[in-house]
Amino acid sequence: MTVPLSPPGPADATRARRRHGSPALGAGLLGAALALAAMSVLSLAVGSGDVALHDVAAGVFSPDRSVHGQMIIQEVRLPRTLAGLLAGSALGVAGALMQGIARNPLADPGLLGVNAGASVTVVLAISVLSLTEPAEYIWFGFLGACVAAVLVYGIGSLGREGATPVKLALAGAATTAVLGSLTSAMLLRDSRTFDQFRFWQVGALNGRDLDVLWQALPFIAVGGVSALLLGPSLNALALGDDLARGLGQRIVAVRLTGAASVVLLCGAATAIAGPIGFLGLAVPHAARLITGPDYKWILPYSALLAPALLLFADVVGRLIARPGEVQVGVITAALGAIPFVLLVRRRNVVEL
Amino acid sequence: MARLVRVRRRRRARGALVSGVLLAVVLAAFALSLTTGDFVIPLADVLATLAGGGDGGTRFVVLELRLPRALLALLVGGCFGLSGAVFQGLLRNPLASPDVIGVSAGASAAAVLASMVLGLSGIALSAVALTGALLTGAAVYLLAWRKGISGYRLVLVGIGIGTGLSSVISYVMTRSDVTEAQNAFLWLTGSLNGRSWTHFWPLFGGAVVLLPLALVGSRALPALQLGDEAAGGLGARVERDRLAMLACATALAGLATAAAGPVGFVAFVSPPIARRLLPGHGAALVPSALVGAALVLSADYAAQHLVPGTQLPVGIVTSLVGAPYLLWLLARANRVGRGG
Repeated sequence: MTVPLSPPGPADATRARRRHGSPALGAGLLGAALALAAMSVLSLAVGSGDVALHDVAAGVFSPDRSVHGQMIIQEVRLPRTLAGLLAGSALGVAGALMQGIARNPLADPGLLGVNAGASVTVVLAISVLSLTEPAEYIWFGFLGACVAAVLVYGIGSLGREGATPVKLALAGAATTAVLGSLTSAMLLRDSRTFDQFRFWQVGALNGRDLDVLWQALPFIAVGGVSALLLGPSLNALALGDDLARGLGQRIVAVRLTGAASVVLLCGAATAIAGPIGFLGLAVPHAARLITGPDYKWILPYSALLAPALLLFADVVGRLIARPGEVQVGVITAALGAIPFVLLVRRRNVVEL
Repeated sequence: MARLVRVRRRRRARGALVSGVLLAVVLAAFALSLTTGDFVIPLADVLATLAGGGDGGTRFVVLELRLPRALLALLVGGCFGLSGAVFQGLLRNPLASPDVIGVSAGASAAAVLASMVLGLSGIALSAVALTGALLTGAAVYLLAWRKGISGYRLVLVGIGIGTGLSSVISYVMTRSDVTEAQNAFLWLTGSLNGRSWTHFWPLFGGAVVLLPLALVGSRALPALQLGDEAAGGLGARVERDRLAMLACATALAGLATAAAGPVGFVAFVSPPIARRLLPGHGAALVPSALVGAALVLSADYAAQHLVPGTQLPVGIVTSLVGAPYLLWLLARANRVGRGG
């Protein structure tokens, strides 16, 4: 393993700041927020049901459920849009956080086994406990995400050098395979569970109760705020453990707080939308292209860009297979692959 | 000088010994899978049947049920093991096995689409899966190309493509009826249940051509492993050799996937096991293939007999065995501080 994987050094950070400057980045953040708002409106306004534009605004703010269009907004599109906002932000921040604390360009809930952990416990809940409602079995997904994250990080960080990228990625791949085969073993014996699981597994925003969102919201809020507060510490971590320690960072505490936030965010996002891949991997890399390597900016950019992308993907999924639809997890994978490959081809990202 | 010769001789002796032991393990597992099952046939009777004797019932069980399945396990394991060793060796990255970088996912996606949307089966299905593997491999290679191939860029691109393809598979599974989806899922787990000669011959035909090619090509491997510049300096035609070997390894993985599904972890874990058995031997292609064959044969045996009354797919067993082994390997390597 000779490819250098440490993030760009402080010289790059200074250069990036000189090039962009904080005001420009602040304005960019505003632009990202506007893009997100536009995507939210799009997600409310576009879909297979026929909804007049004036019903959209009314359906959100003062719904009259006797009007069909307003009922669709209230019952279908508003929960769906909120689900996209929450799950997208959570995944974007979680991805950036994972890449920061693990100093690992490959960090993603999918790659590091967190999704697989959520899947295996969801299947357990469906097949053993006979739970049928997402609002019931999501908490098992949450539990599984925690266990998998702890397992992967624990194994990956054994030894002198701590959690190096390669060790973490290998531990993640191995854990994913173990949990995946446990999931398969359960599913193959039980076709009813399999039938439910195959729809959960693609990752989707439709059919989510507001209840689920309310349950997930506190976890995302706590995880998100603590992630944003970790920005400066992540910048120090990027210099390497020894330098970070020299700068007065308690690196173990930073990593533990970060990992706890990741688990909260990924677990809640998976609970809302199922395992959505790519978003947590691709969006922070895209954000880094705009902001440079400063995590104080990467984190908020990821928090805004990821839900914008997720909502856009969801809208595309509603339009391309009418009258049916393509689940958003499929679209994010397809849409995410293109910029992802472009990003990977840039030398500095590969060596991050 | 004399010392160097002695070291070389000892290394060669160890290589022969390890290969011999692995071969014995493969043969033992092969014999075990021919003799045992719902009822036990003594080895002597099996040998007599293979030689052309035996009664009708024994002939049917050995020649039609157990032999094709055991041969298939042997070849699938060998192909995956060799393919993984070539990938990991050439790209100098332990993550760069065909199952990680999307080649198996490409074969799977093509096969799932072909069987569920177009209703293909048999050799046509194998051909489609092989095509899917090669196209995916080519796409990953081309997309990762940037004045040469770096192992990490290729792994990242491969993971990206693989993720996209897996979601296509999941989507196709939501669009079909539950029985069909479940059959596809069984195949996607990697299974040798109910495999017959019709599954064996396409793989055999491909392997007869590709295995020798890969082994001949592997003579360029030591030079390539020194890194592009050093290899070029030694006169190796770096890109041409690497491309040829990768194409070979991709086709091997694609054919094996067509025959048995993407059997988890064999390509990933066989080469590290072989390299640990033979430190200092480079990519250890033949031992990797033997480890793969032993792994799939014994895993399939366990899959058939582990849970009475149920035939598990072999992929579940290889993952359940292979992945903890990798975790153990990681934990151990980490403790002594060599964890990458």
